[in-house]
Amino acid sequence: MADSKLGVAIVGSGNIGTDLLVKLLRSDRLEPLYMIGIDPDSEGLARARSQGVMTSSKGVEWLLSRSSLPDLVFEATSAKAHFENAPLYAQAGIRAIDLTPAAVGPYICPPVNLGEHMSSANINLITCGGQATIPIVHAVSRVVSVPYAEIVASIASRSAGPGTRANIDEFTETTAKAIETVGGARKGKAIIVLNPVDPPMIMRDTVFCAIPPGSDQRAITESIHDMVAEVKAYVPGYTLRAEPQFDVERETWSGNARVAVFLEVKGNGDYLPPYAGNLDIMTAAAVRVGELLSSENFSKSA
Amino acid sequence: MTPTTNSLRITDSTLRDGSHAMAHQLTEDQVRQTVAALDSAGLQVIEVSHGDGLGGSSFNYGFSRESEIKLIEAAVSEAHRAKIAVLLLPGVGTIEDLKEAHGAGAQVARIATHCTEATVSIQHFGAARRLGMETVGFLMLAHRIGPDELAAQARIMVDAGAQCVYVVDSAGALLLSGTQERIRALVAEIGGDAEVGFHGHQNLSLGVANSVLAFGSGARQIDGSLCALGAGAGNAPTEILATVFERMGIETGTDVDGVLAAAEEIVKPMIPRLPFPDRSSIIQGRAGVYSSFLLHAERASARYGVPAHDILQRVGEAGYVGGQEDMIIDIALQIKMEREATNSKQSG
Repeated sequence: MADSKLGVAIVGSGNIGTDLLVKLLRSDRLEPLYMIGIDPDSEGLARARSQGVMTSSKGVEWLLSRSSLPDLVFEATSAKAHFENAPLYAQAGIRAIDLTPAAVGPYICPPVNLGEHMSSANINLITCGGQATIPIVHAVSRVVSVPYAEIVASIASRSAGPGTRANIDEFTETTAKAIETVGGARKGKAIIVLNPVDPPMIMRDTVFCAIPPGSDQRAITESIHDMVAEVKAYVPGYTLRAEPQFDVERETWSGNARVAVFLEVKGNGDYLPPYAGNLDIMTAAAVRVGELLSSENFSKSA
Repeated sequence: MTPTTNSLRITDSTLRDGSHAMAHQLTEDQVRQTVAALDSAGLQVIEVSHGDGLGGSSFNYGFSRESEIKLIEAAVSEAHRAKIAVLLLPGVGTIEDLKEAHGAGAQVARIATHCTEATVSIQHFGAARRLGMETVGFLMLAHRIGPDELAAQARIMVDAGAQCVYVVDSAGALLLSGTQERIRALVAEIGGDAEVGFHGHQNLSLGVANSVLAFGSGARQIDGSLCALGAGAGNAPTEILATVFERMGIETGTDVDGVLAAAEEIVKPMIPRLPFPDRSSIIQGRAGVYSSFLLHAERASARYGVPAHDILQRVGEAGYVGGQEDMIIDIALQIKMEREATNSKQSG
């Protein structure tokens, strides 16, 4: 069935791009054709070449001058680069899955709202913390109203690259916004903590949702378990540390009750180390989106 | 080179670090009274924020009773001489929060990171300087890394725009020599470009002694809280610092009688539970645990029926850092599950 695969390109040959490559090489729906990097001698490009993927350090122009263009491009560079590249992809009719914070396209969390954006030319994957926690916020908000949701993402210092460090506000602000617009909470807040402990800690995420007093705890718990299973389908190391914890209403919580969900996100260890679940969940979500788009494509053309 | 001046500046953190001990329930009236008393006693900098800094009001750290901006405005209106400072932890608060605080009249931005993560603060120091604020860097849980590594992190902050960098003993874990070595290393690295400060906690009752030694090693900014009001077993008490430095003949610009009155007559009556080095907070000093985890561990203890000091011991072993309050519930749950497993094995 090789001819039913969508041809894809990876732009960016750093850690994220290389991890994507490993995942894409395993996919039975997507076929990596091209990989673009800045450094011709980078490990990522060398790895791509060894797997028969064409590589170049001559930028997006090189990619767009190929006689056979990819159907999809994965942007694993920087927000700045994606702002420049996005219009070029769009002109060439190539759909973009954006792993940078550029947010040219709508925020997408695959099990929550990809269905509404299947025809979008550009898809943004929010943040690592967003990919880990928004499914849970949604799992709660599809059962009861969520006036406020707050997430705490703890990641290993070694998994926080210079881009994240230079603009950590971008993480908190983008994630908070997506907790509202994608997760379905009326108000969102996001916190990120970098922990340098050695051996590095596996990514942890905690989701607190304010819920009305007397909410149906069984229905909420069931919805959370269903959602965890859905995410697990593409991030096998996505697990609940404990059953959802319910606390009764308090005056200091504006009279709301609360559900707290404790998650661990262990990466698949494809190229990135397993503790870097924050990076893995981004590449896994990107591949997931690509695969779902490919099946849509396939069913349309069939 | 050790600075030779015989003066230092005390920053009072009753209304910021003390917010932890008050479970973030400080009222506008309490803020007004405290600022007025500190200001008339000659304190030059008074810090007002949620305990976890701007934007700290949350499920994870506890919601503030009053809006932070309202409290900052109230403090500014009571301070005739003192500057009002705010704390910001990148990852919790944002530059937008800082702008709002600046708009409310805050003049000093104290930007705090875990002691190894100074690079996340570069953005915020730049913003604070552009706003025209005085800048202070806070390297938290400073006992976790050695003096040279700590000095390298201080350098990152200074290059980003910090005018002073503090060695912050968030766990009250530093012993005297540890404080001395760290202050000296920072003075050697950044002394030509910025001041060095020290923020001490009382978990092992060394907050004041460490502060005195920090001054002797070249620190020129020292933090205190009235009645020690702060996280864990509390902070180095401002009233004791003022008294001790006066007796040492070191100029702090404070009127010691005024500071004593502020502690005794204004702050002490508002504190439901005076900070005290109890078993849990001594364990914090011993295991190197972020002081503000104390009340959270006590709450998790009450909720899940496992001892607070056991939770804190595990937090220390896991190496959790400031901001990871959620992990306290996680650990309490893990201990509870382990106990249930052991019990069912015994009964089965």
